[in-house]
Amino acid sequence: MGMTVAEKILARAAGLPSVKAGDVVEPRVDLAMSHENAALVINQFLEVFDGTGLAPTVWDPSRVAIIFDHRVPAESPKTATNQKKIREFTAANDITKFHDIRGDVGGICHQILPEYGYVRPGFVVVGTDSHTTSHGALGAFSFGIGATEMASVWSLGFAVNIEVPETIKVVVTGEFPPFVSAKDLILHVIGTLTAQGANYKVLEFHGETIRRMNTSGRIAICNMSVEAGATSGIVPGDAETVRYLREESGVTDEITCVVPDADARYIRTVEVDVSSLVPQIACPHTVDNVKPISAVAGTKIQQIVIGSCTNGRLDDLAIAADILRGKKVAMGTRMLVFPASGRIFAQAMEKGYVQDFMKAGAVVMNSGCGPCLGVHEGALGDGETALSTTNRNFKGRMGNPKSEVYLCSPAVAAASAITGVITDPRDH
Amino acid sequence: MAKVIIALGNDISTDDIYPGRFMATVLPSETPQFAFSDRTEFNARLKAKEFPAGSVIVGGENFGCGSSREQACSTLKGYEVTVVAKSISRIFLQNSINLGLRVVLCPAIEASEGDELEIVGEQVVNTTTGKTFPQVKMPASRQGIMDAGGLIPYTRTLLKARG
Ligand code: SF4
Repeated sequence: MGMTVAEKILARAAGLPSVKAGDVVEPRVDLAMSHENAALVINQFLEVFDGTGLAPTVWDPSRVAIIFDHRVPAESPKTATNQKKIREFTAANDITKFHDIRGDVGGICHQILPEYGYVRPGFVVVGTDSHTTSHGALGAFSFGIGATEMASVWSLGFAVNIEVPETIKVVVTGEFPPFVSAKDLILHVIGTLTAQGANYKVLEFHGETIRRMNTSGRIAICNMSVEAGATSGIVPGDAETVRYLREESGVTDEITCVVPDADARYIRTVEVDVSSLVPQIACPHTVDNVKPISAVAGTKIQQIVIGSCTNGRLDDLAIAADILRGKKVAMGTRMLVFPASGRIFAQAMEKGYVQDFMKAGAVVMNSGCGPCLGVHEGALGDGETALSTTNRNFKGRMGNPKSEVYLCSPAVAAASAITGVITDPRDH
Repeated sequence: MAKVIIALGNDISTDDIYPGRFMATVLPSETPQFAFSDRTEFNARLKAKEFPAGSVIVGGENFGCGSSREQACSTLKGYEVTVVAKSISRIFLQNSINLGLRVVLCPAIEASEGDELEIVGEQVVNTTTGKTFPQVKMPASRQGIMDAGGLIPYTRTLLKARG
């Protein structure tokens, strides 16, 4: 019986000739990522060693990555103290894949990992963040875990009791119409599958449209796979993966792509033809409440947000800047832009996008999670509505349970910034 | 016998259980105060210790979806409540097992606030309505961690064995 990508990766990592969905394995971990919640991981890690007589030792510091992004710069003494504790821990434990609060090498964890070549096809990646699914864009098996599970991984170097997931095959064909992109595709897939349609399963993406898609778009679709409940989203590694890692991440060592067997077993196949897809909007308060833009066009918006690990990359900013150039953000609407990393911020300045945004009246913020999780920047007022390129619209997500969040692509966000209401970029 | 202290719908997210703005608080001794803090009245009743240990939160499908934040489990563990839900998202289920929060998978559960439940063997009995609902057994792979009392003692044992 053939294997899916997830099965192949898990078999290798568990040192087994083959595995199948339902098997329980203990895969070696190739990369273990955390952000500020490393503060909790450290507590749990020290507790694991408590009373054992063994010195707390991270199994392989070169395989641990810690990126500050959720609350940068710190919004409170508590966060700053957590960050200080993590900083000291990384220094004492030789954790070199550490990205502090910086304008050059800082950024959102799910951008930093691909950008610095920390993830390769075939890797098992775990992260204390649910959107760790993002790294399947590079052909890895990558999934979110809790802080205690991470403490266990730091101690042992493998993940305990992992059930090999079943896989749903998503086959995407057709040419995207103008102003329709990867974000609309994944919103459409989530709307079709529902928020739990892929629970405990992997989404494996195939088809000519995926093959033609750049890594940025692939990150967006794998990132949001978790919004359908998926353990991981995976685009099998191919020529684009190798190009991205060589040209953009500067990887020089060997890259081995993992592709599924021709007779791999999928529990379901979902087919999407994007040539007739229209811009999609996820309406409050669940990500699977997806509608074509015509259903909500004209809705008044107080805050437009462009950025995040979903849509804060250079091509996302380019689409938005092209629409906004020479125009103004509507009065009564505010617009926040946060590039996904310091490197992208610098590139956006060189290309003039940052200037385009600022001239239009947008506020360009430092790279980080910012308004996406509503902790310290860009909170909404009571009764306000946001339109955002981020990935979650749960009640209270932008810091206020008495507000509403709609999710969309960068093109929709930019076109709507000019009018102050949800606007179809194709009419723009 | 355990009382249902709240009955919730589908897709209850970890943002609902533990809003992101409290994520800088990580200590299990401090997280309970923020449980369901945007449901002001319920949060106040939890904090007032109105509910004895073992009281039940009933959830629909996909309970605990969204963020991997472990605070969503430690905040409930702090009150020693039991979660009985139709289905539970992967990360939340694993976090619960890892931290020793009692969770029961019961796909057909029907219960309202104030109902009395009896969680026995492989069933959940709603003694208020007189209906019985089957439980789904936890995957065997997770039983080892549960038997050890959570992932920390489980990992400690593996470490010691390795020396
Ligand atoms: S940008 Fe938002 S979704 Fe992405 S890692 Fe940060 S908080 Fe999570």
